[in-house]
Amino acid sequence: MTIRSTHTTASIGLTVVALAFLGIFVALPLVTVFVEALSKGIAPYFSALVDPDAVSAIKLTLTVAAIAVPLNIVFGIAAAWAIAKFDFPGKSILITFIDLPFSVSPVVAGLVYMLLFGMQGWFGPWLREHDFQIIFAVPGIVLATVFVTFPFVARELIPLMQEQGRDDEEAALSLGASGFQTFLRVTLPNIRWGLLYGVLLCNARAMGEFGAVSVVSGHLRGLTNTMPLHVEILYNEYNFVAAFAVASLLALLALVTLVLKSILEWRLGYAHRSAGH
Amino acid sequence: MGLTLAWLSLIVLIPLSTVFIRAAGLGVSEFIEVGFSSRAIAAYKVSFGTALAAALVNAVFGMVVAWVFVRYEFPGKRIFDALIDLPFALPTAVAGIALTAIYAGNGWVGQFLEPLGIKVAYNPIGITIALIFIGLPFIVRSVEPVLADLSAEVEEAALSLGATPVQVFVRIILPSILPALLTGFALALARGVGEYGSVIFIAGNMPFKSEIAPLLIVTQLEQYSYAGATAIAVVMLLISFAMLLFINLAQAWSRRRVDA
Repeated sequence: MTIRSTHTTASIGLTVVALAFLGIFVALPLVTVFVEALSKGIAPYFSALVDPDAVSAIKLTLTVAAIAVPLNIVFGIAAAWAIAKFDFPGKSILITFIDLPFSVSPVVAGLVYMLLFGMQGWFGPWLREHDFQIIFAVPGIVLATVFVTFPFVARELIPLMQEQGRDDEEAALSLGASGFQTFLRVTLPNIRWGLLYGVLLCNARAMGEFGAVSVVSGHLRGLTNTMPLHVEILYNEYNFVAAFAVASLLALLALVTLVLKSILEWRLGYAHRSAGH
Repeated sequence: MGLTLAWLSLIVLIPLSTVFIRAAGLGVSEFIEVGFSSRAIAAYKVSFGTALAAALVNAVFGMVVAWVFVRYEFPGKRIFDALIDLPFALPTAVAGIALTAIYAGNGWVGQFLEPLGIKVAYNPIGITIALIFIGLPFIVRSVEPVLADLSAEVEEAALSLGATPVQVFVRIILPSILPALLTGFALALARGVGEYGSVIFIAGNMPFKSEIAPLLIVTQLEQYSYAGATAIAVVMLLISFAMLLFINLAQAWSRRRVDA
């Protein structure tokens, strides 16, 4: 009996500690975003969102994600396909390399593209001669975003496709399906939920990336400012309501991402969880 | 296969190798002069110190959170569970300005801490808090599956044989989850060392006091000192690499103990 009662006291205590920790460190910042955004009322909130600079930042963020995410989908499927369906030496090294962008600081991710394409970079003078700008322009932002979101789709699909093996594909091929038909009719349906899961996380990061993009963007208002960079500029100008208003859009994106993620996790079975990014 | 390798090389491997090639191009004295200037060393200490502190706090509380979510039922569990992943989904700049609003001297929590002489924002404590936010899901999501596989029967048997709850934790639970805990710790640490967006708002960015190494890289770039930025990046990468290697060794050691 005594064991039981200490057990429940301890369980209540631990639950309170865990929820308080989550409340203070995770929930409170989220609530703050919306409270600060609406602190002066509805009108300043919406006027901050329809400001031309804010609108162009929103457009740029959507554009960058619309380029970066499909690129990573194609790569992610190709990488997972190669790793799961074929045998070759150095497989585990390849997986490690794919994960590399997660362990590199986003600032370093931006730096490497400066070293390649910046004015003092390897290709800088050549690009300048041909009047093509990567750094402080949209291509640089896209490159930096592709770098930091590189592993999301691949690392979601690799274990999934490894688990499913290659029996289904071999059966389809032996029955006369072409390689492309096999992919479209057999492989893709098998991985669709995992793929969606990876795309969801990839998209959230692509739209929210700050460090890497900040280094290569040049912060040109209305031109190379993504939403997170616009938040920074507004905040540094002490325009807090506008900063939090734009931030609240990003927070909404995060909330939608979390809801969809929970639904997908339920679809994939509770055991499926992605730790590590 | 070919596409995978080509794309990987183009986007990740070749760009990353430029950092090391550039650094190798610097003379030794130049490299040491920028990479180990007193300001750079102070920044490494801030970055690695706060990341370590945050990862330790998260190791303890992340373990409690994982335990509670695996073992207990309570109202609103699914919502709280989804909330654990918020730091993965919330853009870092948003987290940064929100945390600053909370902990600044006139902020929601800051106004109560300030009279007590506790300054959180514009201080290494503020950086640590931002990194606790960023790192929490790494620990929880690493430890959860291992805890879920642990059967409660062993603990109950130990308790009924007279073991105290502390003994059960130290002798039974901790050894089983240690490898997973170290994995989460390493991930949180690596992320914390390189973190930029959530930190720069709350840090105050005072050289020698609350300036993080990634910010110093940005500062160097803004002054068009590619050499300086490269040197600092290489030192950071090497320290991170050494730390992760150490944690991997510790993990291999603890896994062997579990298996034995």
